Amino acid sequence: MGSIVDNFEDELQELREAFDSGKTRELSWRRSQLQAILSLIKERESDIFKALNQDLGKHHVEAYRDEIGTVAKSAKYALGNLKKWTASKRAKLPLAAFPSTAKLVNEPLGVVLIISSWNFPFGLSFEPIIGAIAAGNTIILKPSELAPACSSVLTKIIHDYLDNSAIKVIEGGPSVGEKLLRHKFDKIFFTGGGRVGQIVMTAAAKNLTPVTLELGGKCPAVVDLISSSWDRKIAMKRIIWGKFGACAGQACIGIDYILTQKKFAPILVEMLKKYIMKSFGDNPMKSNSVAKIINKKHFSRLKGLLDEPLVKSSIVFGGSSNEENLFIEPTILLDPPLDSAIMTEEIFGPLLPIITLERIEDSVEFIRARPKPLAVYGFTNNEKLQKRMIRETSSGSITFNDAIIQYAVDTLPFGGVGGSGFGRYHGKYSFENFSHQKAVMMRGYLIDFGFRYPPWNNKKLQLLKSGLRYDYIKLVFIKLGLKSKA
Amino acid sequence: MASEEQVKNSAFDTEAANCLVKELRATVITGKTKSYEWRVSQLKSLLKMIEERDKQICDALFSDLSKPEMEAFIHEIALVKNSCKVSLKKLKEWMKPEKVKTTLGTFPSSAEIVPEPLGVVLVISAWNYPFLLSVDPVIGAIAAGNAVVLKPSEIAPAMSSLLKKLLEEYLDDSAVKVVEGGVSETSALLEQKWDKIFYTGNGRVGRVVMAAAAKNLTPVVLELGGKSPVVVDSNVDLTVTARRIIGGKWACNNGQACVAPDYIITTKQFAPLLIDSIKHELLKFYGEDPLNSPDISRVVNSDHFARLSKLLDDDKVSGKIVHGGQTDKSSLKIAPTIVLDVPEDSLIMNEEIFGPLLLVVTVEKIEDGIDFINSRSKPLAAYIFTNKKELKEEFVSKISSGAIVVNDISLHLMVDTLPFGGVGESGTGAYHGKFSFDAFTHKKAVLHRSFLGDAPARYPPYTAGKLRLLKALLDGSILGIIRALFGWS
Repeated sequence: MGSIVDNFEDELQELREAFDSGKTRELSWRRSQLQAILSLIKERESDIFKALNQDLGKHHVEAYRDEIGTVAKSAKYALGNLKKWTASKRAKLPLAAFPSTAKLVNEPLGVVLIISSWNFPFGLSFEPIIGAIAAGNTIILKPSELAPACSSVLTKIIHDYLDNSAIKVIEGGPSVGEKLLRHKFDKIFFTGGGRVGQIVMTAAAKNLTPVTLELGGKCPAVVDLISSSWDRKIAMKRIIWGKFGACAGQACIGIDYILTQKKFAPILVEMLKKYIMKSFGDNPMKSNSVAKIINKKHFSRLKGLLDEPLVKSSIVFGGSSNEENLFIEPTILLDPPLDSAIMTEEIFGPLLPIITLERIEDSVEFIRARPKPLAVYGFTNNEKLQKRMIRETSSGSITFNDAIIQYAVDTLPFGGVGGSGFGRYHGKYSFENFSHQKAVMMRGYLIDFGFRYPPWNNKKLQLLKSGLRYDYIKLVFIKLGLKSKA
Repeated sequence: MASEEQVKNSAFDTEAANCLVKELRATVITGKTKSYEWRVSQLKSLLKMIEERDKQICDALFSDLSKPEMEAFIHEIALVKNSCKVSLKKLKEWMKPEKVKTTLGTFPSSAEIVPEPLGVVLVISAWNYPFLLSVDPVIGAIAAGNAVVLKPSEIAPAMSSLLKKLLEEYLDDSAVKVVEGGVSETSALLEQKWDKIFYTGNGRVGRVVMAAAAKNLTPVVLELGGKSPVVVDSNVDLTVTARRIIGGKWACNNGQACVAPDYIITTKQFAPLLIDSIKHELLKFYGEDPLNSPDISRVVNSDHFARLSKLLDDDKVSGKIVHGGQTDKSSLKIAPTIVLDVPEDSLIMNEEIFGPLLLVVTVEKIEDGIDFINSRSKPLAAYIFTNKKELKEEFVSKISSGAIVVNDISLHLMVDTLPFGGVGESGTGAYHGKFSFDAFTHKKAVLHRSFLGDAPARYPPYTAGKLRLLKALLDGSILGIIRALFGWS
């Protein structure tokens, strides 16, 4: 039991000693920890499901799809690529540097702090942990106190399965976070909102600690007039999943709002209604397929978004809620005012505004005029529009004809830009995130060009000018005195 | 009556900085800086600028630092020229999207990573290599398609005003600007919202820069410094070693370089031999009167001169001088000085020297040097001179630093295929060559999905069968997927 006035000095000390001992650098250690993650996923699946259901009302298929299956996939991917990632890479050197060799060596940073968020408490804790382990670091995880059942299950399973001298979980809220941030870490990886992101980076600046901030934003989905009925069906399912199916819209890469053409809007609304009912039934609350809102504070926040008069009148579907169960039903709004809170703040809930535009191409301008989001989505087969969206908007990522699934692609970097954050991870990017890429250059003694050193004279200047131009023939001639000018 | 120019220059405050950034954002929105043609035109102009104005550049360097023409050429002009040329040659390749493989789990799909500019960036450079450390990051920013503001160091005033004049003349001033000034101008700039800040300098100001960046969630590259150690083993070619150490120390801006050797670690037995060899070579390089040699830079200004003199005047240090120690306040010169085995707690052992004083620390066994280095902050560079393979390997694997060079000094700076940057106290981020381009780029993930293949397992309503299929899909095994699809597992 820690003392009441715990500053975590002891924990930090233990982690530093474990790192300095060199054990976390051993490939065998890294493999054992990654294997342990795979074991805990398999063996403690039901504990994890229970906690996610308790904190967020997640159905276990949703939990598996979004958090548990993805973590297993990532751990396997890391195990399979560990040797490749940790091998040093030869760097090509220009002729002027002959005879030297150079390579890039990846080394761990040391003791890292991972702060995860409440909406995907397992996924967003283990994905960075996998990267930190693969790179050979020791770790403190601070899970979100807003998902308390998950936080304590995380503590327990990490304690039971992983190396406690090198990986620790410290639970708590803002005051615990603040105490941790006073320590000097070698890296801080933060997932959450921009306001706390600022606090984290400001604290990190005191120690020149590099940070990765995985933040959020308003992720737009441009929905084009889709003619094929098959395509439309699939698009609807994916949009609904991308909005309501992943933690009830409480996802940083969830669809925040839709942009569509005025004349397509009525058809779109009808189709969305149809598929919402197909996916969640007549009584979504009883379907157990829509997660609940994390707590009363966010529940009130979301209800407040709907309370603005002009917003309320724009509701075309849903709108009801149940405070006791922290449930808000999938809701669609048509053209709420652009300056309303629901259109200026990140929604993070199951409310879907549809904004209509004269032409679908106007969506590019619309997105460009706003802060860069974590993801941009385009449901369209129009290649020209796709190209324009890629070229003229900026976001962490851009996905066509689907949503959220980019999260599961190991070969794509996952991270934000501008207001949605900086730094990236997943796959090898997780490994690189927690590594220092050290340049190592080796020289021999045999050849030494005397003209490198003072005292300086014109002849040396000529030799150097030739050398740096890789003009070795000239070099030889000058040296032999056969040529007087470079 | 003050001229318009003077009035404009006299009040660069927050408002002025704000207007500046607004102007640059307006330029970026037009998409001009994103085009390949624009980037190439700017880089070509920079090349032209260097070729046409190299004499002016050398003169400014001489004025600010008494930098010999050779050093100006090798360490600043040639490197910047090379950087331009490499960027011009490779830009098309760097700008190309990178196709990446996708797995069975998202079949059918195609994915790529598209580089895009960050937007409007700020480059704050240092005074010791005022041309190189200003223009090299600007090259990266331009190659990556950004608009950029350069704030050169006011401690190298001749170069600062030359850069303002030349960059405005040769480059597109709707996208590339130079703001001169000191603390207040820099603060005004730091209050603005940038898409990236690239800072070269010391850790104290680095913290201020990062804290200011935090207010706008702006990512930073911090190129800082530290005490770069040189471990010298006894089985080395003494003459070549001594030359290379001198070449990396006094022939590099008189030791005022972030990767210059700060202290040497060698065995008690070997130290006298090494010191003698260095003295011998120093004589060859700089003659009998090094204080007045034209081949060595001066100390940049009286503040740094006072700082360095104080390091030497310290009681515990002054008695340990084994070579040099002469100073001339009027010409701001300090002779190449070697100090042997000063006490652990003296200032000179704990601060980055950044000057012509070289410490020699002796140890019992050469391997002890590794622990000594590891007990201190991670430096920007660490060096070792040895022919012993095991010692080399131990050094490379145990020492964490920005970079490691074996049997030479600072060479890695000149190689555009190696990332140049620090770790820990010596900084974060890297540049040079493609790393410069990457430092100012956002790599956007692009995923194209087809409507054709769709796994209904993803969507509600959720069932046990869907769970099985999902497990198989995420696992990526074809057999598992087939079995799940047929309901066999």
